Amino acid sequence: MSDVPILLEMRSITKEFPGVKALSDVNLVVRAGEIHAICGENGAGKSTLMKVLSGVYPHGSYDGKIIYQGSESKFSDIRASENAGIVIIHQELALIPGMSIAENIFLGNEPRKRGAIDWKAANRMALDLMARVGLEEDPDTLIKDIGVGKQQLVEIAKAFAKDVKLLILDEPTAALNEADSRHLLDLLRGFRSRGITSIMISHKLNEIEAIADQITILRDGRTVETLDVKADGVDEDRIVRGMVGRELSSRFPDHTPKIGDVFFEVRNWNVRHPISADRQVCKNESFVVRRGEIVGFAGLMGAGRTELAMSVFGRSYGVYESGTIIKDGKEIVLKSVADAIDNGLAYVSEDRKAIGLNLLDDIKSSTVAAKLSKISHHGVLSEVEEYQAAEAYRKELRTKAPTVDESVSKLSGGNQQKVVLAKWMFTDPDLLILDEPTRGIDVGAKYEIYGIIQRLADQGKGVVVISSELPELIGLCDRIYTVFEGAITGEIARADATPETLMKQMTSTKKLATR
Amino acid sequence: MSRIKDLQKNLFGGTTSNARQFGMIFTLVAIVVLFQILTDGLTLRSDNLIALFQQNSYILILAIGMLMVIVAGHIDLSVGSVAAFAGILVAKSMADWSLPWPVAILFGLAIGAIIGAWQGFWVAYIGVPAFIVTLAGMLLFRGGNQYIGNANTIPVPEGFREIGSGFLPEFGPNTGYNNATLLLGLAAAVAVVWREIQARKTRRAMDADPAPMWISILRMAIMVGVIAFAALRFASGRVGTSFPISGIILLVLVIAYSFYTRNTAGGRHIYAVGGNSRAAELSGVKLKRVNFFVMMNMSVLAALAGMIFVARSAASGPQDGNGWELDAIAAVFIGGAAVSGGIGTISGSIVGGLVMAVLNNGLQLMGVGTDRVQIIKGLVLLLAVAIDVYNKSQGRFSIIGSLMRPFRRDDSAPPASPPDAEREPAKAAVSG
Repeated sequence: MSDVPILLEMRSITKEFPGVKALSDVNLVVRAGEIHAICGENGAGKSTLMKVLSGVYPHGSYDGKIIYQGSESKFSDIRASENAGIVIIHQELALIPGMSIAENIFLGNEPRKRGAIDWKAANRMALDLMARVGLEEDPDTLIKDIGVGKQQLVEIAKAFAKDVKLLILDEPTAALNEADSRHLLDLLRGFRSRGITSIMISHKLNEIEAIADQITILRDGRTVETLDVKADGVDEDRIVRGMVGRELSSRFPDHTPKIGDVFFEVRNWNVRHPISADRQVCKNESFVVRRGEIVGFAGLMGAGRTELAMSVFGRSYGVYESGTIIKDGKEIVLKSVADAIDNGLAYVSEDRKAIGLNLLDDIKSSTVAAKLSKISHHGVLSEVEEYQAAEAYRKELRTKAPTVDESVSKLSGGNQQKVVLAKWMFTDPDLLILDEPTRGIDVGAKYEIYGIIQRLADQGKGVVVISSELPELIGLCDRIYTVFEGAITGEIARADATPETLMKQMTSTKKLATR
Repeated sequence: MSRIKDLQKNLFGGTTSNARQFGMIFTLVAIVVLFQILTDGLTLRSDNLIALFQQNSYILILAIGMLMVIVAGHIDLSVGSVAAFAGILVAKSMADWSLPWPVAILFGLAIGAIIGAWQGFWVAYIGVPAFIVTLAGMLLFRGGNQYIGNANTIPVPEGFREIGSGFLPEFGPNTGYNNATLLLGLAAAVAVVWREIQARKTRRAMDADPAPMWISILRMAIMVGVIAFAALRFASGRVGTSFPISGIILLVLVIAYSFYTRNTAGGRHIYAVGGNSRAAELSGVKLKRVNFFVMMNMSVLAALAGMIFVARSAASGPQDGNGWELDAIAAVFIGGAAVSGGIGTISGSIVGGLVMAVLNNGLQLMGVGTDRVQIIKGLVLLLAVAIDVYNKSQGRFSIIGSLMRPFRRDDSAPPASPPDAEREPAKAAVSG
């Protein structure tokens, strides 16, 4: 392929956020007319790289050079990159549900005649663009009335309306069903034959293997390698090795688990999406947790781990369809979060700022927020007991704050997470579900959080850890379930867990033999 | 210097949220003093103070309910109409069905509860924004008032008028003052001292050093002084006047609701819902119940306010309660509540309401016409909130925070690491 001209070259791109290097010396070479896949674990820097390319992070906010069509480009915003023919289609579609297909295609780019929008021309052009992406609909149909697969096509048609030369798709098939995915991949092949270059970010390795010409693998914000699919004979295993190939250092406190009997069990759990009723987010999932055990849930983004956890936690997500929860040998029905808390469940959410904490609160009222009854006497809250409880947890978890009167919004991520943990430890749960407990937390605080998790398990509680960081799961958990597209695809004991085995089951629908 | 620092930190609680309230109290005192000078002492005369309370008690009662509604993240535009609707029904119940007035009051509260349940149902269980529900309610119940009353006024009997225009009774030896008011003042002074002692005890139980003794004493002295001054003023009015009954009702409500919002789980839940409803829900707070309750409670208080107004004006009319919602909302925002919910206190709202009331009263005493009074009130509301918004965007806290800044050296050291530092990379990590 080396004779094909280079369309885009990104040279030693480095992008720093306060305190974190998201990209460090990343290189990417994309040749005209190819489908170039970018692979990497969550957090490897794929989306950041694409944001640099498309001008979301403007020129000057990163180091390195972007050479596009033979000259250096300095995009100041998305509009600038779009004018150059680079169009990015994000995972969350940027369509306006209440507007028609044609209106969406030409949004911000409306064909005009004497100052007014020329709807006749718009509809005619829309039909033409829709034909190119294989979308058969009336251009007057509203976006909210078509399925997510067709919405994806509208996005692509919108890209064509801007005369696209380089199409970037971020997880284009994540939300699509099998048939829609296949259609989309066929479409991309068609574009290739017409000379349009695509960059595709995907977690679905089978798709990448099937469609990509080149694969660039990122890890921890660095370029690992670029593979030529045909020449190098790349298969899924090869990609996985590139994605996870790092050693596990001792980033975890030593711990000898004291595992007891199964006390918590979820059987045949089925949940539908809260809005699109035809999407099943939990497909007949079953799992067990033992006392003193730390159980991991591995899966890629959108696999449905959070959805599973939250639907178990008092049906706080989705529409419950069927399934039972058994705790200590008895079936329990948890219809609300209050039920779940009363039955000894705790859920530490993945996004502590958006849904885990009230940022207007101080540490002490946050600590007791999930179980006010514990500090109430005849309905009156005891400020003294509130203070004492919060202070005890502050000392136990070593939360760094001058006093418990400090507002939680002033704490660092790691300390906020400790407050959230304190809040749920205060409810004295039997089962703690921790969703991405170390996201956005620095290494030192992570180590402390791991220690807290292990202590909780040693107290005889069951702990479920959902994490997108495989090393974290392997280092921390006694047993790991893998989840793919809303179904549990495997159960791996600690001894057998390697990044490769996990990644394999996290990216395939095939249910491998469980041990 | 250290004494001044102690004073700043402790006199009014010391935390940043209290700093804002201190700012409001400061503003209130400044306005009172200003008008006292401008009106040659008319403002603080007994009869004026009594009138001030009588004329504003119903707005302040509304402000209590409105504070809770706004803290939960809603708004209620219907309170004036609900007050008028309840007022006319109560007046009619006494005039046409000859209900005894105590029963009529209960009847009025029940009407408020039913209206509140109606509005709460739409807001909490159907999910219609409170702005729309209560905008509809505003039209609905205004129309209801005029339909039932045939757009006429209906007079109310003597006994009922007590709740709006009555005073504490005269009894005991002739001291030249109203004895009941003096006793009330004495009780309030004792309560202040008792609270201070309790607060010191609580601080000690929290292993924290209580404020220096001299500050506690100074604080008590100021409070007792203000109470004594007010009690003497209210007790020395025209014979037959004293502290108004409507003021008593207001006091009881302020104390009860302050306690509820601060010291009970139900009150905490209102702040939790307003601060982050999703987080509250995931902590086991029953969102719908909280929303239903605040809307319902507001209408009950609106009905009460309506009855007090009717009692004061001796009749219920078609224009009762016009524009009250705006006065109540203004009081809450001037008193430091956040437009986005989750922040605000009952006492702050009362102070905010008093600022507006004194402004209104003082300008009227000076003979300023209602046209200019409205202009001034509008500007004050805008300015009070604008200063606060501006200060927040600058990372400072309140009016008083900026007033005090030149004297401040320590306490507000910036947090070790800016909390948002980790947010961006965290986001990048999610999507990467």
